[in-house]
Amino acid sequence: MKEFLQNAFSEQLLRDLAPQVLGAVVRRFRDFSAAEDAVQEAMLAAFTQWPREGLPQNPRGWLIQVASRRITDQVRNEIARRHRETAVAVDEETAAPADAIEFDMDMDPDDTLILLFMCCHPSLTPSSAIALTLRAVGGLTTAEIANAFLVPEATMAQRISRAKQSIKTSGISFRLPAPEERAERLPAVLHVLYLIFNEGYASSFGAQLQRLDLAHEAIRLTRCTRALLPNDAEVAGLLALMLLTDARRAARTGQNEELIPLNKQDRSLWDKAEICEGTELLTAALSRGSVGMYQLQAAIAAVHDEAARADDTDWPQILALYELLSRVSPSPMVTLNQAIATAMVHGPSKGLDLLKILDSDGRLAEHHRLDAVRAHLLELLGERDGAVKHYRLAAGRTTSIPERNYLFAQAARLEESTKGQ
Amino acid sequence: MKYILMMNIPKEGYAAFGAWSQRDVEANMKFVKNLNKTLSESGEFVAAEGLALPDQARLVRSGKDGVPITDGVFPESKEFLAGYLIVDVESAKRVDEIAAMWSASPGPGGLPLNMPIEVRRVMSGSAGELP
Repeated sequence: MKEFLQNAFSEQLLRDLAPQVLGAVVRRFRDFSAAEDAVQEAMLAAFTQWPREGLPQNPRGWLIQVASRRITDQVRNEIARRHRETAVAVDEETAAPADAIEFDMDMDPDDTLILLFMCCHPSLTPSSAIALTLRAVGGLTTAEIANAFLVPEATMAQRISRAKQSIKTSGISFRLPAPEERAERLPAVLHVLYLIFNEGYASSFGAQLQRLDLAHEAIRLTRCTRALLPNDAEVAGLLALMLLTDARRAARTGQNEELIPLNKQDRSLWDKAEICEGTELLTAALSRGSVGMYQLQAAIAAVHDEAARADDTDWPQILALYELLSRVSPSPMVTLNQAIATAMVHGPSKGLDLLKILDSDGRLAEHHRLDAVRAHLLELLGERDGAVKHYRLAAGRTTSIPERNYLFAQAARLEESTKGQ
Repeated sequence: MKYILMMNIPKEGYAAFGAWSQRDVEANMKFVKNLNKTLSESGEFVAAEGLALPDQARLVRSGKDGVPITDGVFPESKEFLAGYLIVDVESAKRVDEIAAMWSASPGPGGLPLNMPIEVRRVMSGSAGELP
């Protein structure tokens, strides 16, 4: 089946069609939750029938028909059940919507955008929004999403169904938010896309051979968002950030899946096409004026990607970008990264001074990254004992196995080099 | 965030369990089944298993050429893992709530057992950028 799909039209076509089909079905039946289930069933039917019977002439129309039939069947059954219960005769033909519906085959590109705003509604928890976006907009099956997050399919199905329930109870309607509201809610959409990307990028380790590539899925969805909002500089910035980060993916792990930090990566493994595309996108976005957090983060990634060797990195420029980022979108994580850049430009003790702000801030007090950065800066300063201590503290606090191994290895390396003296 | 919740039972607890009335045993089973159902419906359930009594437990270590060497019992062990639950939750606060729910599972006479539940974070294969 897989081969057929790849040869004949690629699974991607089916996924690309998913939000358009869903949009059409929601418009017709005005029930997002039922329509979403029906489209999922239609997609699964396509997966089994198309390889056997060949690609229909109008794949989109086929999916809409099948999904609509599922809903009308459901309505019929519901009516029949009620009638059985009340023992009233039923004229099904008039009660249920007709099968042969004339569909308006013109697609409305806004439907995908409406779905994105719905699925990334701030009333949903991040994990619900992610799951629903991947299914309703990304056209992925519940099993694929469950597998990507390593939870049982039934659990993921419940998460999706609860997300739809929250949409229903919040009374969110199927329409494009007004321009002002759209501007207000776009960051939430971009945040969900960013979370999906990070989930995929960060977990490029271990037994995930059979897992869906969430980073590429996020890139695909962000490309689609950009096509719908071509003039938004932050959407372009986010896509650039994803590409410029993803470009380094092959270099970030070694043969035994050990974590390789940026300054030790084999830069010949970086994906030049992604770097090129990301840089072009970013350059165009930056020329539009309003600079946001994604463009700035993309700019920082671009500066790293531009350096042929780690020593060539333009740290003053990175520091300037972090200073700007800390004004546009301040957060303890930005300060933490700013501390590294400060250390690279003005020396490690200046970087450590910045970390003191985070100690008193408290939000990162128990976070392993604060210890990891402190260890790194102490090492640069030549304070080995302190560095070893903080590498170990960080190792004890991280919840990531590759990070823990990396941090313990740093501590061990430093200790061995001390003994060697 | 994934967590494993482990219920450890002291050796004497197993003997006491054998003396529970059928009604109490059934009430406890029903409670656990409902807890798993609740967590499945909330989209948080990952896995749960109950373990056989320690009578059947073995200690295994690798001997010469990797041949397994087994030991019968654990004379020194004071408590045994009775079962575990793995959940995927949004916060540490939520996992404590779940642990408390499980801890309150009913014992003799339907009274809550208030068993201690060990809560441990499950590590992930994901890694962020480190300096």
